[in-house]
Amino acid sequence: MTEDNRGGEPGRREVGRRRLLGYLVAAPTLAVAVRLGVDMTAPSEAQAAGTPVPTPPLPADLFDLEDTQNYAAKPTAHLITLELREDGSVHFELPRMEVGQGIMTSTAMIIADELDVPLDQVVVTLAKARPELQMNQLTGGSNTTMSTYYPIRTAAALARGALLEAAALMLGGLKPNSLKTENGAVIAPDGTRVSYGELAGKAAVSQTTAKEAELKSAAERKVVGTPVGRTDARDAVTGAKQFAMDLDIPGALPTMVCKPPTINGTVRSVRNAAAVRAMPGVAHVAVIATGVAVRARTFGQCIDAVRALDVDWAPGLVGHDSDDDVLAELKDAELPLAVPEIPALATTVDTSFTFMFSSNAALETGCTVADVTADSAEVWGGFKAPIVAKQEIASTLGLPADAVTVNVVQGGGSFGRKLFQDGGLDAALASQAFGAPVRLMWHRADDCRQGRVHPMSTSRVRATVLGDQVLSYEQRHTSARTDFGHGYGEMISAAASQLPVGDYSISQWVYTLTQAAHYNFGPTTSLLNELTDRRFNTGAMRNIYSPNTAVARELTVDKIAATMGKDPYEFRRTFVREERSRAVLDKVAEVGRWGRDMPPHHAQGIGIHNEYHAYTACLMEIDTSPATVNRKVRQAVTGPRVTKVVFAVDIGLAVNPKGLEAQMMGGIMDALAIVLTSSVHLKDGNFLEASWDNYAYTRQWNVPFDVEVIVMPSTSEDPGGAGELGVAAAASAAANAYARATGTTPTVFPINHNSGLHFEPYPYSPPIPQSPTNGLDYVR
Amino acid sequence: MGKHTFKVNGESVTVEVEDDVRLLWALRDILGVRGPKYGCGINVCKACTSHINGKAFNPCAVPVGEVGEADEVTTIEGLADTADGDLHPMQQAWIDYDVAQCGYCQPGQIMAAVDLVRRVRAEDRAITEDDLDTLRNICRCGTYPRIREAIKSASSKM
Ligand code: FES
Ligand code: FES
Repeated sequence: MTEDNRGGEPGRREVGRRRLLGYLVAAPTLAVAVRLGVDMTAPSEAQAAGTPVPTPPLPADLFDLEDTQNYAAKPTAHLITLELREDGSVHFELPRMEVGQGIMTSTAMIIADELDVPLDQVVVTLAKARPELQMNQLTGGSNTTMSTYYPIRTAAALARGALLEAAALMLGGLKPNSLKTENGAVIAPDGTRVSYGELAGKAAVSQTTAKEAELKSAAERKVVGTPVGRTDARDAVTGAKQFAMDLDIPGALPTMVCKPPTINGTVRSVRNAAAVRAMPGVAHVAVIATGVAVRARTFGQCIDAVRALDVDWAPGLVGHDSDDDVLAELKDAELPLAVPEIPALATTVDTSFTFMFSSNAALETGCTVADVTADSAEVWGGFKAPIVAKQEIASTLGLPADAVTVNVVQGGGSFGRKLFQDGGLDAALASQAFGAPVRLMWHRADDCRQGRVHPMSTSRVRATVLGDQVLSYEQRHTSARTDFGHGYGEMISAAASQLPVGDYSISQWVYTLTQAAHYNFGPTTSLLNELTDRRFNTGAMRNIYSPNTAVARELTVDKIAATMGKDPYEFRRTFVREERSRAVLDKVAEVGRWGRDMPPHHAQGIGIHNEYHAYTACLMEIDTSPATVNRKVRQAVTGPRVTKVVFAVDIGLAVNPKGLEAQMMGGIMDALAIVLTSSVHLKDGNFLEASWDNYAYTRQWNVPFDVEVIVMPSTSEDPGGAGELGVAAAASAAANAYARATGTTPTVFPINHNSGLHFEPYPYSPPIPQSPTNGLDYVR
Repeated sequence: MGKHTFKVNGESVTVEVEDDVRLLWALRDILGVRGPKYGCGINVCKACTSHINGKAFNPCAVPVGEVGEADEVTTIEGLADTADGDLHPMQQAWIDYDVAQCGYCQPGQIMAAVDLVRRVRAEDRAITEDDLDTLRNICRCGTYPRIREAIKSASSKM
């Protein structure tokens, strides 16, 4: 897999060297800067159609969410800076958030490659909130590498050029182009080495000047395209990696919020604040907008205090609704399917699916350290939209925005959750109320019940089939409201004038820009209708609408194939719109031995998905035999088990194939959860799930024994997006495998949602469970 | 408030706190040992997994009063010192297989993995898929397949 992913292999078109503009910045040692968002890739061309009835491109095929984000970056972008120090280390503050997706590693690789410096001399940190970057500091839409690849390379190339010039002078007036760079040093024709560190001061300029940089050609790449392990791997395995709650901020004591027993309920009064304040270890108790905050010496004592609080609560807005009430609202809101006139002999394939509420909670709960004084505030947390966080925290506290410093700390996962700053607002409010620094952490139960959910949705599809042709394909997706309040709004309005479609809401923009036409099915439409009420706390979960829309689409494709009496793989091969889709499809069919004999209750399933300028296909094998389905694991969901996964990904240029594989693997695990095991249940106004023994995210006993991710050879000079890319194709393969193994196409996901709870819900009052005391009984 | 003396990563420590405060908080909030992570507080996510006298346990579910002077607590920070070499073979396998993504669950995963291999060893047999299925640690980033590979590889080196 190594050589394959490097550009410049024989036979491919060599792209000429790109020349891009940057700045040499006045500083004591060499510093270079570029604008974010320059010279992004052009929107992809619509593909010529094959024999099947061609499908004109949907908006997402021409100009997708990535282009929108890239475009939005252009007019507003400000400078990002690369700095060389005298010890030879190169420093770069990435205006993005690392939550496990590996962007700090890939960014270091890009710099190391363009600058010819060893990877371990590149120090990538996360930038604080920088409002001047405007929408260019949002980590979402799997956009980081696409939007930063050329700007970062330009900065590194500029630095390399400046070092060559400084060395040429230092070596007595040699020509810069007679020198070369290698491994953190400039090498003269006679072999003399001058290290970058020695040149750091000499290459510095006293006046900021614009300068053109020449980027390396694909053939010169040594690091980008090779598999590299995470740069923080050692810290992660030794306990040295720090998350927000591991930081030592002086005086910041553990703090928790007693949350309401109903979704978004509010405090009327606290009956026993003085008694709780007198409990061991407790320092402060105060009512804040979202509940009652307590500050104590340890989190254990916070838990005790939260449980002891006697609060008179006002209810939230959800009332006594349950899943069925929301489903009924969705059914009412479903847009009609309107098929164009079709010949009399055509048959119609109609499908309808429901996707239940699910949780985007990460393993790290809502966590923020905050230090708020009368006229300033500083917070430390995992913010994927730090500029929005800064604005929201400032306005909540009644401070000017420039009095608020937002430090971005690596997060323990995100999956959409960290696009919002719910924990950050709690921390700021609590610190303000107490007049003291806080280390605020949400309890897991609150993270489940008061945290954000991926909204319930339905997807209906109608296709018309005549002989060997699909004449039309319509998809209507209907969803409870998705909160996009983290800034896609501004970004999209910034780009709206460039878009080829009408006047949409933010949700509709996001939907329209992420749903490509995958097949030549004649006239194709895919539309969203989203409810508008705000009674639930929602947000997108990894890959937003696509895991749901793809499951609906790919299950329907299997049905269409069956109507024609065609094999699901052969059918897809014939009808996919794009060559790159066909290539990944062929790859999984070949490696996964599509069509091989399977024992009873076992089956293969296949699915594809294109998004983020990338193409994916997945083949899964599932075991639905009674012996497997009925396995018993305490406090857990077992059920059918996917035993084998083959996943192929063409992401254009894979900057770090190893990191890419990890992202696909994570997406596959999410897909298994969405299809087979995990959802939240709304009952009588509350979500029942309160912890990981309730919310059945994929666990080891659900994990396939064999997972193979194939990174396709580089098909482009430009990287696509990886963070969310793996989920949709994998979810559709799992759903199709299940349908083929059981002979029944499921209509509700996850398939176990309506088959009874595997747990007894924890009480709502007190709102969080007490920690057990019998831990030593389990020692074996 | 009582005084509680026990060993953490080879050193004797004393914390003065109420007996019922769970050991996880004595470690993290009082002693500043922050490798063990919080993920649930009710002994289900296993993010806090550490060792007591060489065996896996979950300090979120153990009152500090139950730990005595003879007890040796090992957290992820002290694991490397329990084996020869710079890192414990399990930690090295984690690096070799590039297991971690966000890394939040990984201290607990590694401590649980070391314990699983120890127990399988005690039964004098090779580790099986069924053994790996018994690991209860959540990884919300979905690193499970690499965890399985890393454990299989490390089990031969421990
Ligand atoms: S925090 Fe101890 S098991 Fe979850
Ligand atoms: S690596 Fe993120 S939770 Fe496991």
